[in-house]
Amino acid sequence: MLAKRIIPCLDVASGRVVKGVNFVDLRDAGDPVEIARRYDEQGADEITFLDITASSDDRDLILHVIEEVAAQVFIPLTVGGGVRRVEDVRRLLNAGADKVSINTAAVHNPQLIADASGRYGAQCIVVAIDAKCADSGADAKGAASGWEVFTHGGRRPTGLDAVAWARRMQQLGAGEILLTSMDRDGTREGFDLALTRAVADAVDVPVIASGGVGNLAHLAQGIIEGGADAVLAASIFHFGEYTVRQAKEYMASRGIEVRL
Amino acid sequence: MTTIAVIDYGMGNLRSVSKALEHVAPQARVQVTSDPAAVAAADRVVFPGQGAMPDCMREMEARGLRPAVLAAAQAKPFLGICIGLQMLFESSDEGGVRGLGVLAGRVRRFAREAMHDKEGRRLKVPHMGWNQVRQRTAHPLWSGIDDDTRFYFVHSYYAEVEDQRIESGVSDYGLPFTCAVARDNIFAVQFHPEKSHTAGLRMLLNFVDWNP
Repeated sequence: MLAKRIIPCLDVASGRVVKGVNFVDLRDAGDPVEIARRYDEQGADEITFLDITASSDDRDLILHVIEEVAAQVFIPLTVGGGVRRVEDVRRLLNAGADKVSINTAAVHNPQLIADASGRYGAQCIVVAIDAKCADSGADAKGAASGWEVFTHGGRRPTGLDAVAWARRMQQLGAGEILLTSMDRDGTREGFDLALTRAVADAVDVPVIASGGVGNLAHLAQGIIEGGADAVLAASIFHFGEYTVRQAKEYMASRGIEVRL
Repeated sequence: MTTIAVIDYGMGNLRSVSKALEHVAPQARVQVTSDPAAVAAADRVVFPGQGAMPDCMREMEARGLRPAVLAAAQAKPFLGICIGLQMLFESSDEGGVRGLGVLAGRVRRFAREAMHDKEGRRLKVPHMGWNQVRQRTAHPLWSGIDDDTRFYFVHSYYAEVEDQRIESGVSDYGLPFTCAVARDNIFAVQFHPEKSHTAGLRMLLNFVDWNP
């Protein structure tokens, strides 16, 4: 039986791992290659790197990080952040990424998803969706499901309905959806389970739940209640609270199929 | 020095495959190539694959690789991965394309209506993640790998073999499907050994040591 996946996420800025709370207050958490190796040894099913480098001078550092990780870690690697053109996808795949995650650029230019998927295959195109619960009054016009897509790290509303957007991205060639609740991200209160369930039920491709994990029970909820195919978490692993192995053992104890 | 040609038909991520081979066989020369002469000269050939089979067949033709790939599949230790397994068969539902026809059978898409697990929960397509592989035959490439070990899969199509004797591994996703085939000098897998951690690296090492 197919195992549900646990995916540690490394936010990388200028070649170092950082993790912010609600995208501010970045704390230095270490060397990405070393951390990726540790997660690999603990049994991570995949590793995701989110490049949040602000300075364009440092943009290419992520390529070196990926090259180095890919030479030592033999599990799937996903890289996202700043991917705007098919050329960016190619460079990341050539550096050793197995999948590339696209967020803001998909909103600005949905055709990018069709082009990248057509060129490299849906299996390596992940569309990242940052969603926020729409205020029921003012700006809910585009968000029939109750969740609106945001870009630019959760700062810019798009008027797009998150569930409809996920469907559209699947049609254009996304092989997987990485769904982050911007309301929960960094809060440690658990996934937005209703959002996760709404998107997971709406698409045929796998959905990765993200945003808000504070303990192991949250991971299990994402699968059992949210209907996610994979769960992504950052801080609970970075600061040594839990190992990936502990997370898997806990999920197994809840009856979830995992790779141990 | 053993040379291993990793066939590049211009589509996917070949770095993963070459890096993994270099990792398990530091003494070998691993060459990512789209040159038919280099494929012909290599001791071993790996045909990795990602993306879609129609693109694979088109690019293989465009680069003049077809005769070299066919020759390798008839004579040398040959490892097909993912699309590299699918293209060995006669045809695929994906774009109605014809394959090399080295193996009898056709490639089918996971049927949407059949995609439910035993509890009736919907299964997503692509089949993406770590799934167990039952070994149907003893084979040098399974050496040191336990039965039911998990490997990493990502695909929407699978091979339906005509001759059950070539079936070397089976996995379950809505239905049991062939995920490894073996015949003479050919071994081909639907999963990605280069992304399957210890077990995958062991399979690649087994391939490098294999003398069919």
